[in-house]
Amino acid sequence: MDFTLNDEQMMFAETARTLFSDSCTPDHWRKMMEQGVVRDDARWASIVETGLTLVLLPEDAGGIGLSETDFALIAQEAGYVALPEPLVESAGVAMPMLAALAPGHDLLGDPAATIAIAHPLNPFVANADSAAAILLEKDGEAYLATPDQVTLTAQPSIDPFRRLFKVEWSPENAAPLGKADWDLALDRACVFNAAMGLGLAQRAVDMAVDYAKERQQFGKPIGSYQAVKHHLASAQVAIEFAKPVVAAAAAEIGARDVQARARVSHAKLIALEAADKAARASIQVHGAMGYSWEVDVHLFLKRTLALTQAWGTPAYHRARIAARIFTQPMGPDQTFAREAQNA
Amino acid sequence: MDLTYTPEQQAFRAEVRAWLEAHVPGEPLEHFDATREGFEAHRAWEKTLKSGDWGMVTWPKEYGGRGLDLIQWLIFEEEYYRAGAPGRVNQNGIFLLGPTLIEFGTHEQKQRFLPKMASGEEIWAQAWSEPMAGSDLAGVRSTCVLEGDEYVLNGHKIWSSRAVFADWAFGLFRTPGTERHKGLSLIFFPLDAPGVTVNPIKKINGHVGFAEIFLENVRVPAFNRLGDEGQGWHICMATAGFERGLMLRSPARYQVAARKLAELWEAHKESADPSLEADVVRAHMNADAYALNIYQTASRLIAGAKIGPEASTNKIFWSELDIHLTQTALSILGPTAELTHEAPDACPVDWIDDYIFALAGPIYAGSNEIQRNIIAERMLGLPR
Ligand SMILES: Cc1cc2nc3c(=O)[nH]c(=O)nc-3n(C[C@H](O)[C@H](O)[C@H](O)COP(=O)(O)OP(=O)(O)OC[C@H]3O[C@@H](n4cnc5c(N)ncnc54)[C@H](O)[C@@H]3O)c2cc1C
Repeated sequence: MDFTLNDEQMMFAETARTLFSDSCTPDHWRKMMEQGVVRDDARWASIVETGLTLVLLPEDAGGIGLSETDFALIAQEAGYVALPEPLVESAGVAMPMLAALAPGHDLLGDPAATIAIAHPLNPFVANADSAAAILLEKDGEAYLATPDQVTLTAQPSIDPFRRLFKVEWSPENAAPLGKADWDLALDRACVFNAAMGLGLAQRAVDMAVDYAKERQQFGKPIGSYQAVKHHLASAQVAIEFAKPVVAAAAAEIGARDVQARARVSHAKLIALEAADKAARASIQVHGAMGYSWEVDVHLFLKRTLALTQAWGTPAYHRARIAARIFTQPMGPDQTFAREAQNA
Repeated sequence: MDLTYTPEQQAFRAEVRAWLEAHVPGEPLEHFDATREGFEAHRAWEKTLKSGDWGMVTWPKEYGGRGLDLIQWLIFEEEYYRAGAPGRVNQNGIFLLGPTLIEFGTHEQKQRFLPKMASGEEIWAQAWSEPMAGSDLAGVRSTCVLEGDEYVLNGHKIWSSRAVFADWAFGLFRTPGTERHKGLSLIFFPLDAPGVTVNPIKKINGHVGFAEIFLENVRVPAFNRLGDEGQGWHICMATAGFERGLMLRSPARYQVAARKLAELWEAHKESADPSLEADVVRAHMNADAYALNIYQTASRLIAGAKIGPEASTNKIFWSELDIHLTQTALSILGPTAELTHEAPDACPVDWIDDYIFALAGPIYAGSNEIQRNIIAERMLGLPR
């Protein structure tokens, strides 16, 4: 039993943090919003060059074969900068799925390529237009199509960096890949989006803390007032209790049992709840500034809002936790128990 | 990251479980705050625990422990709550003072106090709060004056849990002429020493769970001072960190409660408000998150980290989860929620008592408002 990260993992996270904090600043967001683009080719190139897209790919597919724990740390850093590019869905979910179905596929060797995924739980596909290919589902089977082999209808999202599409397609115009593990795709998407939620949450708190130290009212920094302090302290409590759940969900994802699924759902629920709490507290602490487009807190609110409902609604995830509660033994010796041991 | 138990940890769990199955009393003991008999029954249980060498597993062997690590402590606690074993009447000693003594005490002090603490022979109360020093603990006015190799203690303490029946207290005293955080010392005194008067105070559940303590020229050896004179504040904050951050409330306690809540829901779901299932799920999530957080903290401490201001997040989390959990149970019970355990139709689990108990959580061990101040100022760096 050891709930700590190793040095290598911390170093990888540190690398991602540095890369993102240099290449994804508020200035970058604003420029992209002005231009109406959701992908910065130079930034994506450096993400690829650093190896962040290869973390979860098995070595026989040209990857570095690390674990969900490692990728979750990167996703958390991506959340901290509200990364516009689809690192999580492409490198964390779609690429590993493609690698499992077709380890030698050309796309896996193309560093610039992102892959979008049309999971049956999601009505829309994010970043489908800029993807090199889209993974599609029919009767549990996976198909691969390029954006011009399908019909894309834009469905603008409140998040300026999420470009959503309804995808219409027919199997004749797509390459069949066989039965795919859509449940694993869901679990990965949930854990990594939960990790993103941790980053989104912490950034929202940090922005508010910085502002509350500077902004003066009644002759004092607003951060000296308890009502302001307590908003942010409560958000930080929520973050601190989401972190270990996300870590455990990532570490146990491979168990694929009712306990592992419940923990994944738990992670997604509470990390995004923490992000919601933090983003709303942050807007409140910023006052009217927080309500202005110019101040970037709204990006964190909007990403949180999107991720909360995508990849299974809160009700969907609560039901998965209820399944664990009502079909498995409960109690203090069950924290790390597995379904197989209880059978 | 490795979230599986080693074979040694599994064997340890089996050992604890077997011992508890053979020794935990079949009938629950009367509450230790209710009567002297209840208190003494719990003291006898502590002695039984010690006979199996389970008094305080994390302490060094020479002081009455087993020298085990914090993961083993968590396993012990899980089995302890799973077995429904009696509450620890000496919790202020073993969970608060004990770890502090191990950090700050001399070898002679540890030898003198720890083994009798581990065996329940000496049961401890915490005497920090005063009428004018609650949240603002640095406002302590009770005094200590060194005369030769003795301290003379004077003052008025209040809200001291279990002081009515306990044997010893660890108090916070001020050297006259000092102010605020400076000049405080942590000193032990026997609750039956000449000059000590203990007046019971009833809690809202009707038990004499706490007391006020008057000290009038109480003389104790200077040996009873923990750390240096004037180091009391520093030591108290270390104690408080342990209290809030780790030991005061075992995750196992809430995991058992979440299990009972799920059972209650299954028994009542036909008639209860269907929206309450979401709260039952939430209670499990909270208990699980708390357990994972503590496992993470224990791992970090084993790897050499120290408890910091994040301990304050724990205290807020467990106290709020406890209220939510017990309140959910009352909502499921509906009109029988108000029945006490004496009522023929009362639920066998005393949810109303658990709820009333939970309401104290946001007050003691530093109120949740104070914890939020600490988080804001020391974790987030907001100005005072
Ligand atoms: C069940 C129980 C057991 C206890 N056991 C012990 C014991 O064994 N030993 C012991 O020494 N003490 C014990 N206490 C006392 C406990 O530590 C104090 O109650 C606590 O520190 C709060 O102090 P107070 O009651 O004087 O409240 P006050 O300090 O008067 O506070 C009253 C209210 O004002 C708020 N408040 C005060 N200051 C601030 C501030 N700066 N900012 C925001 N809000 C503020 C508080 O949060 C609280 O809500 C116990 C208390 C309870 C309820």
